[in-house]
Amino acid sequence: MLPKLPSAEVRPLSSNSEITTPVVDTAREELLVAIKSSLGDAVVDSHLKPGDDIWIRVRNDAWQTSIKKLRDINSFDYFCFLSAIDWMPSPYGRGEDDPTEPAPQRDMTIRSGYAGGETRMQVFVRIVNSKTHIGLNVKADVADATPTIDSLITVFAGANWHEREAHEMFGIEFAGHPDLRKMYLPVDFEGHPMRKDFPLLARMVKPWPGIVDVEPLPGGDDSGDSSDGDAS
Amino acid sequence: MLGDRQQLSYIAAQAADARLNLELETEGMTLNIGPQHPATHGTLRIIARLDGEQVVWAEPACGYMHRGYEKLAEVRTFPQVTTLVNRIDWLGSFANEVPFILAAEKLMGVEAPTRAQYIRTILFELSRIANVSLFLGDLGVQLGAITPVFLAFRDREYVLNLIESATGGRFHPNFDRIGGLKDDLPAGWIDETRAVMKKLRGFCDQIEDLLFGNEIFQSRTRGIGVIPRDVALQYGLSGANLRASGVDWDLRRDQSLPMMWNKADWKVWTHPDGDSFARCWIRLQETRESTKIVDQLLGSIPAGPVMAKVPKIIKVPEGEAWVSTENPLGEMGYYVVSRGDLGPFRVKIRSASFNNISITPWLLRGVYVPDIVTILASLYFILGDIDR
Repeated sequence: MLPKLPSAEVRPLSSNSEITTPVVDTAREELLVAIKSSLGDAVVDSHLKPGDDIWIRVRNDAWQTSIKKLRDINSFDYFCFLSAIDWMPSPYGRGEDDPTEPAPQRDMTIRSGYAGGETRMQVFVRIVNSKTHIGLNVKADVADATPTIDSLITVFAGANWHEREAHEMFGIEFAGHPDLRKMYLPVDFEGHPMRKDFPLLARMVKPWPGIVDVEPLPGGDDSGDSSDGDAS
Repeated sequence: MLGDRQQLSYIAAQAADARLNLELETEGMTLNIGPQHPATHGTLRIIARLDGEQVVWAEPACGYMHRGYEKLAEVRTFPQVTTLVNRIDWLGSFANEVPFILAAEKLMGVEAPTRAQYIRTILFELSRIANVSLFLGDLGVQLGAITPVFLAFRDREYVLNLIESATGGRFHPNFDRIGGLKDDLPAGWIDETRAVMKKLRGFCDQIEDLLFGNEIFQSRTRGIGVIPRDVALQYGLSGANLRASGVDWDLRRDQSLPMMWNKADWKVWTHPDGDSFARCWIRLQETRESTKIVDQLLGSIPAGPVMAKVPKIIKVPEGEAWVSTENPLGEMGYYVVSRGDLGPFRVKIRSASFNNISITPWLLRGVYVPDIVTILASLYFILGDIDR
């Protein structure tokens, strides 16, 4: 029995255009208008980088319905990933402070990224149209005191593990998720490691030698801390 | 989604389980696979609840290799991050560096010289060949055929030698820099690579003969672990797993990046079946296509520098960027947030295996125990790529 030949035809390769950032991106601009009309007042803010990507921010209470509408009306049928961002600058900087000196003053004002934001933490998801291959980043604010948002499992089944990871790393509750067990960490681990106010203990106990970043000399020591690797 | 063979057999299995428990006071059995198992490419543990020979419920337990690269990246400078991301998918390390560097370059508005882009693309495809050729050999072992893995290790070595002679590292090249590459190619490398590509095409033919034409292999993989198109999209499967479900989508072709895939003539293969065989077959064809890409690009590398002018201390302007590429395992992307600092503010690593393996609780329902290994092998994951 011979392997079946695939049915798809060879598609012409895209023209060998040198990468140019188009100043006008009509495809994405039209898409953004269509998205706004299908979501209505659920869209709080949006940002478009021509030739690159679209960001929109939706209301927290309209999160699940918005993603469902985007899937059904605007045919964003591919679930890429879901994650969260903590916009608070880290109180520990990059962990390079001299422990003998008093702690330096840091600018702790919270600034959000594209498409704005009013809370410290945001959940964001990337969905893609599998026909046109145009992607869309959707963000939503989560309240500081009780970071809660609806689960996307009923819209994209693949959101399951991503929400478990975001719950574990950022402490965000996903309402309607059946099984928010820990994914990576031990069951009795306390805290949410990806929050900016969670210190990276490896940097706290031993000062980081790589403050000045230069190309290492051949034969020079490098202080890599990940010794995993060459398995299989 | 419901109503296909697996869901029905799952319901039947559950009903049978309940009836058995009532009448015979028997219980289902829980089978623990791993954390150390050759089918897991690392340390993945799978907990499967069985009813006789059928799986009623299965769930992978991750976290045995979680290294927290997203947190570590926040305290590193941009050039230092490549050392970390190298170790995500350790069989195709160079391919992990490229999307991160491209994201940083996108934020900075820097572009690598054309020669560097060519060499990047060639090394990217070489890491794909090294990675997938091991998959092809390993596949045989998991179905009880010993020979293919020896062929795979023999021929992968040629590719690793090439990567080593160009970058200095067999597994962890750490060769990509913001604005270009660390070094130019060594003398004689191009001719050697041509010879190796010829050998690798021979390897693909051998594997096709030994394995894909084998009746046992076909009966173990055909119709096993079928993923329909809409389920594949819902779970965010990527790479060969997605194309085996009939989705014609290859990021190398379908997005414009400063890489040189569109300078070569090659084909994106898809398969309508969505079963284990289709996934393996697509990977075999992709290895062949990769050797073609490398061959064509080798002939047209232009002369010139391999490094653009970038400052010694790299500060990346404020902004957010998403870049993903078609890595050996699937779509590997980085969502990089910069605050105009030396290091990234937040890096979200979207790795292919995480999505690819998150389908297993759905996919393993109702399958028979020997098929667990086949299905996991055909999904092809690497633990470092799941746990990050």
